[in-house]
Amino acid sequence: MSAHLQPAIGDQDHRQGPAKAPLQLVEYGDYQCSYCGQAYPAVRAAQQALGNKLEFVFRNFPLTEVHPHAQQAALAAEAAAKQHKFWEMHDALYEHQNQLDEQHLIGFARQLGLDIEKFTQDMQNPTMAGKVESDFESGVRSGVNGTPSFFLNGQKFDGEWQGQGLTEFLQSQLT
Amino acid sequence: MLAVGTQAPDFELSAGPNQTLKLRELQGKKVILAFYPADWSPVCSDQMALYNQTLKLFDRHNAQLLGLSVDSLWCHKAFSDNRKLHFPLLADFEPKGAVARQYDAYDEQTGVAKRALFVLNEQGIIRWSYLSPNEVNPGADGILEALEKLDA
Repeated sequence: MSAHLQPAIGDQDHRQGPAKAPLQLVEYGDYQCSYCGQAYPAVRAAQQALGNKLEFVFRNFPLTEVHPHAQQAALAAEAAAKQHKFWEMHDALYEHQNQLDEQHLIGFARQLGLDIEKFTQDMQNPTMAGKVESDFESGVRSGVNGTPSFFLNGQKFDGEWQGQGLTEFLQSQLT
Repeated sequence: MLAVGTQAPDFELSAGPNQTLKLRELQGKKVILAFYPADWSPVCSDQMALYNQTLKLFDRHNAQLLGLSVDSLWCHKAFSDNRKLHFPLLADFEPKGAVARQYDAYDEQTGVAKRALFVLNEQGIIRWSYLSPNEVNPGADGILEALEKLDA
């Protein structure tokens, strides 16, 4: 099976790093998944090592039956994005993976200085759920078979991302 | 693996305590058969957890997913309850692996079903199949593409 990223990175995505970077890394992740928790510092390390050679995109792939807080956490990140704080919320969620109940989500929003009323309304807005669902569906179509799943320049990466694995792989792809 | 274009062999298997399921009963729906080696094993668990989340996408195509392994019905029940699975797991338990053998998806050496996928159309004809290496979770993209082709 092909395992090609579809759709390509676009305006619907949350992006970090230069859009013209030679390495374009997409992660499909779940905020409550412990492996994704381990992937978070691995991605961080890769971003530090590769600087402006790397663009990073995060797409939602919540396994809601296994992780009861994954959906709400994804909605919190999307609602924070409406106030231009997607990555700040993303970091807060991965830095407090075992505190993803509603009270804590609102607490993170408060710490980030978000308008809480707007934040809670946005979390319940069907458009947010639609965004999470369309991320998920794009993941299924792209061949995501678990979380985290990484795609580099549109190709699924099935190697070791743990520890320095991701950084070393990305460095090896620089020509 | 039975070839595309073949009529899928009918079977009747336990689908839970006091429940059996006949493939024939599903005529009029598309059917996805997901043979897998073993309940609880890491790759199978990930694969079934993924399919559990993609049921909605299968439903859109009027497709019913069935998981099949040689595990007993009580093992299936415990696994299904533990993972909150919303699709039937069929026990290909006695004679062991008989259905997997019929579909040529049985591993004689290890005594378990292979990681094999079949998509049947509404008339029970195999329209797509895929054999994944044992240690690789095949994901759901192939299934989804096959369903979309059938509905195109």
